[in-house]
Amino acid sequence: MKKNKLSPYLYILPAMIIIVAFRFIPILLSFVISFFDWKLTGVEDFVGFANYTKLFTDAEFIQSMTNTIWFVVMVVPATVLISLLFAVLLNNIKWLRGFFRTAYFLPYVTSMVAVSIVWKIIFQQRSGLLNFFLEGIGLEPLRWLQEDQGIFSLLFNNFGITLPDWMGGPSLALFSIMIVTVWKSVGYNTIIYLAGLQNIAKEYYEASSIDGASKPRQFFGITLPLVSPTTYYVLMMTTIVTFQAFSQIYLMTGTPAGGPNGTTSLIVYYIFEAGFIDLNFSYANAIALVLFVVILLLTLIQKRLEKHVTYE
Amino acid sequence: MKNTPFGIVIYTLLIVMGMVMVIPFLWMINTALKDQVEINDGNIGFNWKNKFTYIKKDGEKMGINRALELGDSVLVSTYTIDGELITHPENINKKMAYQIDYNYRNDDGTIEKRSKEVVLSDTAKLEYIIVNKDDIIKGSYIRPVFSNFARAWNKVPFALYFKNTIFVALMVLIGVLFTSSLAAYAFARMNFYGKDFLFYLLISMMMVPQPIYLIPSYIVLSNLGLVDTYFALIVPWIANIFTIFLFRQQFKTIPQELFDAASIDGCSMFGTLWRIVLPLSKPIIATASIFSVIGSWNSFMWPLIMTDSKHLRVLQVGLSYFSQDSGTETALLMAASTFSILPLVFLFFLAQKQIIASTAKSGLK
Repeated sequence: MKKNKLSPYLYILPAMIIIVAFRFIPILLSFVISFFDWKLTGVEDFVGFANYTKLFTDAEFIQSMTNTIWFVVMVVPATVLISLLFAVLLNNIKWLRGFFRTAYFLPYVTSMVAVSIVWKIIFQQRSGLLNFFLEGIGLEPLRWLQEDQGIFSLLFNNFGITLPDWMGGPSLALFSIMIVTVWKSVGYNTIIYLAGLQNIAKEYYEASSIDGASKPRQFFGITLPLVSPTTYYVLMMTTIVTFQAFSQIYLMTGTPAGGPNGTTSLIVYYIFEAGFIDLNFSYANAIALVLFVVILLLTLIQKRLEKHVTYE
Repeated sequence: MKNTPFGIVIYTLLIVMGMVMVIPFLWMINTALKDQVEINDGNIGFNWKNKFTYIKKDGEKMGINRALELGDSVLVSTYTIDGELITHPENINKKMAYQIDYNYRNDDGTIEKRSKEVVLSDTAKLEYIIVNKDDIIKGSYIRPVFSNFARAWNKVPFALYFKNTIFVALMVLIGVLFTSSLAAYAFARMNFYGKDFLFYLLISMMMVPQPIYLIPSYIVLSNLGLVDTYFALIVPWIANIFTIFLFRQQFKTIPQELFDAASIDGCSMFGTLWRIVLPLSKPIIATASIFSVIGSWNSFMWPLIMTDSKHLRVLQVGLSYFSQDSGTETALLMAASTFSILPLVFLFFLAQKQIIASTAKSGLK
């Protein structure tokens, strides 16, 4: 092969131009912008850390962050557990496996916009499918996306216990959004888990069967440790994606979005609101960078968890 | 596993969960095939008979939202049959009390004038009229109602939204395949100064979430005067780090002998890429193409922010505005949702094996 010193650079040039212009520079710029009062036309004033210190006193930011933490803490484990359950069940059958796999995967290829519109109507109080179903089995209809009361409060109210506000938990409206988010992502992760499960050598199960290990024993002793690389991957990816939930908030809540009473405002929606509705680019960017740091820290913590991952 | 109690439990669980996954889609189609009048009547379940109640007034059919019997007359809140709401001229306030005069037929047949105060709640945007009981028609007809699809399609320019989406998705696809195959070829088969550094830089940028570069990208594009153009929708996405990575892995698996042979035959570097590497990488190109199209088709936040003009709206943005403007017209919303997910569902069934296989692979290292 001819050696030409310049040609490799020509090959990477088209990709690099785009990536530098629309990824690299914006990423660097995002740090810069957050220290200024930046208008669309350019720099206005250097404000130092003002955009960051403002975060501590911004009740809306604190609420969005709290909502987001609830969201991630509930959606991620639910997604991981349900995906694993689906995958284990699917791995145990032959007949109709392809059919179920397709059914579970379907939500993944459909757009969040369309899915949100459909679910918003499913959650409707008067003509929604869920309340129709609840009334059908003789239960009280719920207010779903309109309910700003915490789910723990609602739960304990049924037993006549009134919880203090801070123990109320995320609102039922946010919980409804969580249901949609889990529903949308479970199929994709099931496929990944299924591949992980099928990667485990059959010999382990055969050997342990001979030793008389029960099915649950096999699950906790063999399946769970050996599928842990997949768990690690699913956990990382789901966490990163869940932090960035936006479309479902934009379409299912409101008006204004993020309601009722700001209980469904998630951090990326708040970035959108601060940046593109209030036109406060610098502040919005500071929030985005805080989000980035949070995601980065969690990724690093999860990286440490990788030590406990069993690679065959 | 079959025929054992354990197997039955597994299948039951799978069927229940499968229903949870699929019912929203079935209900979407079910609702799209209903008449809006029926939905407003509270008839929202899975059924094939389309029940309805409506009134005839001045020869015009009107749907009934709520009715209150007052002797022979019935006070009804109405909307025209094609689902448009009639706004009351004075815009009735919530919880407003109305004095209603009506004829009351006594048991002996005499007619007595009566009046009653009626409190109407949740009545904003609805018109109340008093009609004769005989004018109320109840009936049923067999679904489906296909007209919702045509009405949704024509209500806003969905054809344009589809055209924009397909154009953007195709341009992005061509761009991604072009830039990625060139870059991946260099990273996989050439040596150059700074190669490892550049590669790790790319990989680390892949991890940066979109909200970080969204605002700066908007500022950059805006200063270049490129916001609200096809450029803003297409060009920032015509290089995809993940695809470069994917292609590089594939190109590395091609044996060196093939390159040596091509070189001896006088094939240039680019000729080797075009005639040998790419034909050998067809499956991975197909996979990358499918995921690129899915990504473009479903992308929402970027086009929402980067475009403003109606003629630039892509499907997801158009659908989102449509849902804000036609929020009460459930049947139309469901019809629009149905036809906007249909192309990708079709693509999914067409390339199911490939999509599932490459998704599965992404978790295995």
